[in-house]
Amino acid sequence: MWRQAKWVEKPIIAYPSASRSGFRVPFENDFTEYERQVVEMLKELGMEREELGIPNISELEVVRHYVRLSHMSYGIDVGPTPLGSCTMKYNPKVCNEFLKEAGVEDVHPEELEEYIQPLLEMLYRLERWLAEITGMDRCCLQVPAGAAGELAGALMIRKYFDDLGEARDEMLVPDSAHGTNPASAAMAGFKVVNIPTNDRGTVDLDALKAVLSNRVAGMMLTNPNTLGLFEDEILDIAKELHSVGALLYYDGANLNGIMGIARPGDMGFDIVHLNLHKTFAAPHGGGGPGGAAICAKGKLVEYLPRPLLDFDGRRYFWNYSGSRSIGMMRVYYGNVPALLRTFAYIAMLGGKGLRKVAEIAVLNTNYLVKKLEKVGLADYLELTHSKTKPRKHEVVLSAKKLKKAFGVTADDVAKCLEDQGLHPPITYFPLIVEEALMIELTETEPIEYIDRYVEALRRCIDLAKRDPTAMRKMPRNTSVGRVDVVRANHPKHLVLSHKFEGFAELLNKFRD
Amino acid sequence: MEIPWAKNSDEAVKRRIMEEVGIASIEELFQDVPAEIRLKRTLRVGLSEDGEGVSEYELLRLAKRVRESISNPRIPPFAGIEHCYHVVPSVIKELIYRGELYTAYTPYAFEINQGLLQALFEYQSLIAELYGVEVVNASMYDGSTALAEAVRMAIRVTKRSKVLVSEGLSPLKLRVLETWLYGLGIKIERVGLDERGATSVEEAVKLVDRDTAALVVETPNVYGVIEHGVKALADACHEKGALLVVFANPLLLGIVKPPGELGADIVVGEGQPLGLGLFYGGATLGILGTRRDLKLVRQLPGRLVGMTLTEDGVDVSYALVLQTREQHIRRERATSNITTNSALMAIAAAMYLSLIGGEGLKRLALSIASRTLYLKTRLSDLDGVEVLYRNSPSFLKVATRVKGMSVENVIRRARERGILCGSNLSRYGYGDNVMVMCVTEAHSRSDIDELVKVLGEVLSHVEAS
Repeated sequence: MWRQAKWVEKPIIAYPSASRSGFRVPFENDFTEYERQVVEMLKELGMEREELGIPNISELEVVRHYVRLSHMSYGIDVGPTPLGSCTMKYNPKVCNEFLKEAGVEDVHPEELEEYIQPLLEMLYRLERWLAEITGMDRCCLQVPAGAAGELAGALMIRKYFDDLGEARDEMLVPDSAHGTNPASAAMAGFKVVNIPTNDRGTVDLDALKAVLSNRVAGMMLTNPNTLGLFEDEILDIAKELHSVGALLYYDGANLNGIMGIARPGDMGFDIVHLNLHKTFAAPHGGGGPGGAAICAKGKLVEYLPRPLLDFDGRRYFWNYSGSRSIGMMRVYYGNVPALLRTFAYIAMLGGKGLRKVAEIAVLNTNYLVKKLEKVGLADYLELTHSKTKPRKHEVVLSAKKLKKAFGVTADDVAKCLEDQGLHPPITYFPLIVEEALMIELTETEPIEYIDRYVEALRRCIDLAKRDPTAMRKMPRNTSVGRVDVVRANHPKHLVLSHKFEGFAELLNKFRD
Repeated sequence: MEIPWAKNSDEAVKRRIMEEVGIASIEELFQDVPAEIRLKRTLRVGLSEDGEGVSEYELLRLAKRVRESISNPRIPPFAGIEHCYHVVPSVIKELIYRGELYTAYTPYAFEINQGLLQALFEYQSLIAELYGVEVVNASMYDGSTALAEAVRMAIRVTKRSKVLVSEGLSPLKLRVLETWLYGLGIKIERVGLDERGATSVEEAVKLVDRDTAALVVETPNVYGVIEHGVKALADACHEKGALLVVFANPLLLGIVKPPGELGADIVVGEGQPLGLGLFYGGATLGILGTRRDLKLVRQLPGRLVGMTLTEDGVDVSYALVLQTREQHIRRERATSNITTNSALMAIAAAMYLSLIGGEGLKRLALSIASRTLYLKTRLSDLDGVEVLYRNSPSFLKVATRVKGMSVENVIRRARERGILCGSNLSRYGYGDNVMVMCVTEAHSRSDIDELVKVLGEVLSHVEAS
């Protein structure tokens, strides 16, 4: 039976401190004669720091501490992490090695371009590849993550209409959309208009038509959508939006299910963001950093953030020109490690391999659906909306009947999976599905692991039928049992750092 | 198998799966994609014309060629409007490649990811200690976007529409801020510097009014001057109900009173000096924190990790908390659209601070300030450059006005001699022919002497020609 490591590790800020740090400041003795002058100046101005409560710990203790914390963590290298819309695929190790081997760690972002032409050439080629994959004209690599790409896109749409002198303040977003879509639109000052999903699980075209007007600036859409279904009326959606002068924005979070098979540009999208850490195997890093690109076609290229990477036939250079550009989304050029890993990934797969990625990812999803049906789980973990349409990168299951029959929730199922050494899917999203479990295996999950995942789900359903109370006490095999989230969020018990009163009280627990 | 790391891409395995699914062709899974948008050709990507990928070895050969043809300066660079060259301890280089950590997703499944959550809580605590606040979020993308989010937060909290920005804030961050505020009808006004190069308190007092959401200052500022009037600036803001946003270099806080203690309402920083390397500008880490005031905390963007107990009350445990501020729950009413952040870099920063310790950080900061002073002293003897704010307390950066040659030319000519000597501030409309140089723990005394020598050669060259 699987059991996760359980180390008793105090928060490092509460570690016992030595009198001095073991850290050696390079060349410290070269400058000691200037130290007194600095200290005096700070004292005179009353700026000198008195207290700094960071303990002095030996290197060994630090290493052990974080290695032990890693034992109590779970990533794709440990086991399946099939979080829907997160595209948790295995990242080939050579991508890390590629980054080291290319020697970019020491390259300063303000290095003169002529000294780093080969690096710029790689980034330029990557930009061209991403434009080809999306069917766009140009991409800007500066945006640090998908949501920042969305904000850039929303700002581009806003500025485009401002320049045209049109007052369009509405952004359409399907009710199945990622939360980032409405949040990004709102950040750019748009009023969000939700578009309902029809029985088939796609955008309700009639509802869309009903809200179209010259107030509408655009629509943010992901395709395949968050139910894992392809928006098969996409050409009509694009036509309708364009007919009132509005723009269509592609949320690239779900590109893995369609890459190389159909391109957003050919579907009628005007602006596209890509999540490089999802589609192209840059690691997720426990939440980040990711990597992204924002791409556009035609007249919208002018509005992309700057700089863009250009080639004049002789040299590669950052081009800052573009008076209609929305500006800069972050300093410098982008999350370069993620960009280079993406370069490596695409180079290893080629055009044929990228299509294969989408094919196998989609095949895996449909295999999971079929297996669930075969082992008789489809009654309690059921497909909503269309039951027969093939799913793409992900599938959403509803545990509604499970809850009704046994009082067991999607969250309970998630905890039951954790107990078997498996990372649970996304739960309670999309919001339009009750008790949702959203599963995305990606192309990298081997068949045996998918079978095991189904088997684990079967055990959970069996237990739900047999002993729902036991299920609500799960997990037991993880480093800790179920976390008390009510307490964690309670204003009286809230502990966000060691500076909250509750911290000392919790620290007492380590004495036992 | 066709994809080396994906078993199901193997022809036989794939066939088996297709049989189970009940399809004869993969195409059947894409029948709902309209024929007119189906791509009828192979994507033109990758290194070979035929659409095939390359082997691991071929890829690494390419990387090696790139490395060998990148020409690095012969001593660590002195450039750095935003990022400067810092030392990365080996512990971090190795530990951030722990597979359980770097291949994990956001720890939404709390029980199975306690280690990750604890590391992020530790980051929050260490940074809270360093910046003198109680609350720090679990990271933003980088310093510039953290600053933009801080200002947006201040606008939400105060419901006001004017933002004052010190002329000491770097031009790149200003550009990012302007971009992130586009379309909101926010007015940005600048507050000038006093004769010592710090934000003018006098001017701030005049400009902060009842429409002001926030005043933004950076320390050390873009000229390297440590802002020494933070307390007075805070008072000026608070008197009118505005918030003070301080962007502070984390290393500086080893020797200087933290902004939180001096009255800053929101603290921001770039985590890159904390052992994250350069990587041509990213990925780095955005630091964002605030006072323990629910009015502020509720408007704080990004994830927060809370320390608590398990339901049975037995174990200390960690969870993501106050999630109703975030986009996946609150959608268009969320505090921000941020989801992917910079968690791994936050953990690296926590490792860094743990490794060097409070006492080590103090020595490190003092040593950097001493080097800054040394560089200033050396440059003062050099013809052709005028050290700006010569007698002000500086950290990390020294600003100079170059005479007789454009900064662009100085940088180019020094680079030809193997030195990346500084950044051209005037390129962004800051001052007249101003060059800023960045000196860190990576620079020895002889490195700095070499810099000064090369600058001397470059500048005397012009006189000769």
